[in-house]
Amino acid sequence: MSRAVAITGVGAVSPLGVGARTLHERWTAGRSGIEDGLGRASEFDPLSVLTAKEARRADRCTQLALAASDEALADAGWDGDRPYDPDRVGAIIGTGIGGITTLVTNQDVLRERGPTKVAPLGIPLMMANAPAGAVSMRHDLRGPSYGTVSACSAGAHAIGTAMRMIQSGEADAVVCGGAESALVDLSIASFAALEASSPIGISRPFDALRDGFVMGEGAGVLVLENAELAKQRGARVLGELIGYAATSDAHHLTAPHPDGEGAVRAILLALRDAGIAPEDVDYVNAHGTSTPLNDLAETNALKRALGQHAYEIPVSSTKSAIGHLLGAAGAVEAVATLLALRDRVAPPTINYEHPDEACDLDYVPNTARPLAVSGDAPVAISNSFGFGGHNAVLALRGVAA
Amino acid sequence: MSTAVTAEQVEARVLAALVTFGADADVVSRDATWEQLEVDSLDLVELAQVVEDEYNVEITSQDMQHLLTVGHVVDMVVERAA
Repeated sequence: MSRAVAITGVGAVSPLGVGARTLHERWTAGRSGIEDGLGRASEFDPLSVLTAKEARRADRCTQLALAASDEALADAGWDGDRPYDPDRVGAIIGTGIGGITTLVTNQDVLRERGPTKVAPLGIPLMMANAPAGAVSMRHDLRGPSYGTVSACSAGAHAIGTAMRMIQSGEADAVVCGGAESALVDLSIASFAALEASSPIGISRPFDALRDGFVMGEGAGVLVLENAELAKQRGARVLGELIGYAATSDAHHLTAPHPDGEGAVRAILLALRDAGIAPEDVDYVNAHGTSTPLNDLAETNALKRALGQHAYEIPVSSTKSAIGHLLGAAGAVEAVATLLALRDRVAPPTINYEHPDEACDLDYVPNTARPLAVSGDAPVAISNSFGFGGHNAVLALRGVAA
Repeated sequence: MSTAVTAEQVEARVLAALVTFGADADVVSRDATWEQLEVDSLDLVELAQVVEDEYNVEITSQDMQHLLTVGHVVDMVVERAA
C-alpha cells in the first residue's frame, strides 16, 4: 500500500452556496448558511447544471452530487480530454439516507392513489447507490462504483475507500465524496424525536448551550489520483490524502462511546496510516455536531489520541456554519479542510459564545485565524462519526509553501 | 367513457407528457420516434401511466415494444378508448 494519493480537484454544494471556494470563503468569513433552523442549499438550482430530463431522473441528493462532481472534475482539469482510461477510474459516493424525498413522495402517491400510480422512477431515484451510479454514468467512469452507507460518516468512508482503491492498484483515480438531501418532514420529525436535532435551531458546536445538530443538505466531491500518475500528467495538486482509518464503537445505536473509545482508535490508526505523530497535526476539522454527547466525547477522544498537543492546535467545526450534512458531511468537510490547509487558515467555529468547562480545547471561536504550520506542509485530520457507531478519520496534507 | 376521445386530444396530451419527461418541445411531433426524442423504456412506463390515468386505456410494456412513434401510441389509445 505504498502508492501516494493526490487530491487534484474538489467540488461542493452546501448551505453556504454553490462551489468549493464559496464554501471555504464564506465559512472563513464567519458566515452561516442556516436559516430558520435548517441548512438548505438554497442557492443551488439543479437546472443550472442538469437538463430537465437529467434533473427528473435524479433525487435532489443525486442532483447535488452531480453538480459537485462536475465542479471537481473541471477543477482537476478533466473537463477536456480525460487523463485516464475510464476503466481505471472509480466513483464512490456515500449517503446517509439516500433519496428520501422520492421515497416520501411516492409513499403519498401509494396511499392516496394506489399501487398502480407509483412512479417507475421511485426505486432508481431513492436507492442509496443512486448518487454513485449517476456520477459514474455522467462522467463515463467505468471502474468500481458504489455507495458507502454509514450515516454521518458515509462521506469520509467513501473517500477512505477511494484512497484504498488507488493504493491497492485497483484504480488510477477515483471520484469520491458524499451527498445528502433529507430535509423532509419525516427525517426532521425523527431526528427531533431522537432529541438529536436542536430544538432551538442553532448549530453551536462545543458551546455550553448546544442542544443538538441542525440538519443541512449538500454534496462534496474530490478527485483522487495516484500521485505518481498525477505528477506524470502535470496535474495541479491541491494536497494529499495521507491517512485513513475506520473503526466501530460496537456500543450503541445512536450514542457515541462516552470515552470516545472507537474515535480514539480511529484517530491513532489514521495517524499511523499516514506515518505521522500527533505533534505533526496542525489542525483538526472536528465532527463537532453541536449535540451534547458528540462534542464532549469527541473532545475527550482528541485529548486521549493527541495528548497535550490537542490543546495546542485549532479544532473547529464546519457544522457551525452549514449544519450537519449527514452522509455528505465528511466529504464537504474534507473539501473545506483541504482548502483551509491550502490557504493556511484555521476557519472558525461560529455561534460559540458560552464556554463549556468539559470542552476546553481551542475551537477557534467565531473568527478565523492564520494556521500555524509545524512542518513544511500543513497537516490536518478530519473526523466523522455516525449513528451505528461508525468512525472514520482522514488525514490530509496541503502543499509545501 | 361517454365522450369520444379524439386523436387531437390524445396527441396533445402525449406530447405534453413527453415534454414533461424532458423531450425537446421543438422536436416532439406525431411522427417523431422515441430515438429522436431520446425517450427510453422508463419514460414509456410513465407514459403508459399517464394514458391510463387520463383515458382509462391500459398499454402494457409488451404493447410498447410495437409502438415506435408518438403517432402509434396516439392511435392505440384512440382505438382502445372507443
